Amino acid sequence: MQDKYFNYRLVSILFLLGLLLFAGSCKMGKNQGGKEVGLEDFLSEEDIFDDIDKAKKIFYSLPSPLETALLLKSAGIAYNEQVLNSLDNVDKYSTTKSKALNLGIYTTDLSLASLFDQAQTSLKYMDAIKKLATEMGISDAVDEETLKRLEQNLDNRDVVMDIISETFLNSSSYLKENDQQDVAAIVLVGGWLEGLYIGSWMAGDNPAAGNKLVDRLAEQKLSFSIVERMLQDNKVNKQGNENRDIVELINELHAVKSAFDKIEVQTSAVRVDEADSSQVTVLKSQTKINVTPEAYKELKAAVESLRNNFVQ
Amino acid sequence: MVMKKYLRYILIFAALVMLNLSVHAQCKGFAKKLCKLELTGYTHDGNYHAAILTEGEEAELYKTFYSGQNYRLAICGSEALPAIEYQVVDAYKNVLYDNRQHDMAGTWDFTLESSQQLKIVVKVPVAEQKAEFPNSGCVSIMFGFQEK
Repeated sequence: MQDKYFNYRLVSILFLLGLLLFAGSCKMGKNQGGKEVGLEDFLSEEDIFDDIDKAKKIFYSLPSPLETALLLKSAGIAYNEQVLNSLDNVDKYSTTKSKALNLGIYTTDLSLASLFDQAQTSLKYMDAIKKLATEMGISDAVDEETLKRLEQNLDNRDVVMDIISETFLNSSSYLKENDQQDVAAIVLVGGWLEGLYIGSWMAGDNPAAGNKLVDRLAEQKLSFSIVERMLQDNKVNKQGNENRDIVELINELHAVKSAFDKIEVQTSAVRVDEADSSQVTVLKSQTKINVTPEAYKELKAAVESLRNNFVQ
Repeated sequence: MVMKKYLRYILIFAALVMLNLSVHAQCKGFAKKLCKLELTGYTHDGNYHAAILTEGEEAELYKTFYSGQNYRLAICGSEALPAIEYQVVDAYKNVLYDNRQHDMAGTWDFTLESSQQLKIVVKVPVAEQKAEFPNSGCVSIMFGFQEK
């Protein structure tokens, strides 16, 4: 009798656990208590994050390491290997947070090296990424085939960019689908911050007024609000416990936030110019950027200090 | 005999766990193998935004887009789902693009005169022919870019 009761309880528990797991997979990352609304209800007033709590599922997208590198290149930077995180540092990273941050940092460095056709450097940085990803349990991020394909196509920038994109997709999808959205967020912040660091290092201490690179750095204020939201969303894990790495990162970013607060970036409403013969729609608008030399110096110092702390 | 029974329960549990893992793997595979093809001609940024959504559910994505680049937005839903609806909205709540006015197109190519933070609102509509249970499937949002 007792055996029968025990069996019944065991099967009930296992079934419930299974159901919970399945339900969890379907609702992963969704806001609790969210209410369903129609598309037409979204167009109300004030800023872009206004109706955020009503949505069922929220994604925050930061410029990826590849996009960050392209933005830097299009702002006119010259390549200088000195600015990259040294490969000698790769063995220093022992915590999940430091591995994640530097996975992002090295991926931005790799993207930059490959955009400037630095074949051998690209290979070495891909090796470092493989090492960190493997240590983080992301074994399929960079496999032997990827490395071989990279070696065979080092002189073909399009293929190299495709490989970098695929590598980053492999690691971010692995982390997000294995309940490590917080780690995926840290990787993204690392890569994004490396872009800020490289940009400010290249622009120097006293850039001329109207410098395109400085404007590009100031525009990152728009992405910083997404960084903040993304980290806040990952502050507490599914079990309701505070995520210490994320809380620490939010605190570490205070100086960067304070610097961005002194930079003005105002955007006008967008006017749509329908696709011409090229089928590309042009979104017309204006952005007013005001960066004083003091605000720029503060941002540069805050970014430099934080990044150097991350790569140590 | 008792051990045999336990084994059966453990196998049921393992099957449910595998089903859970398989749903995730399908979503990842769907995004990588199928949705990414929609970005042909553009370089995928490498970011992964995909989730299992059910008919009637919606998602939002926030991203800053920068001037000086051409972007392609690709939104794909798995076969089990009706065609996915989406809108692109600016910070002033202006709808810049609504795929319902463009034959439910899955991609949109655009470029910006100046950098902007935009919101992508995605909705899985409820199928016209009602099933006993609403369908669920993978929805993926991807971005590609080209240097101008």
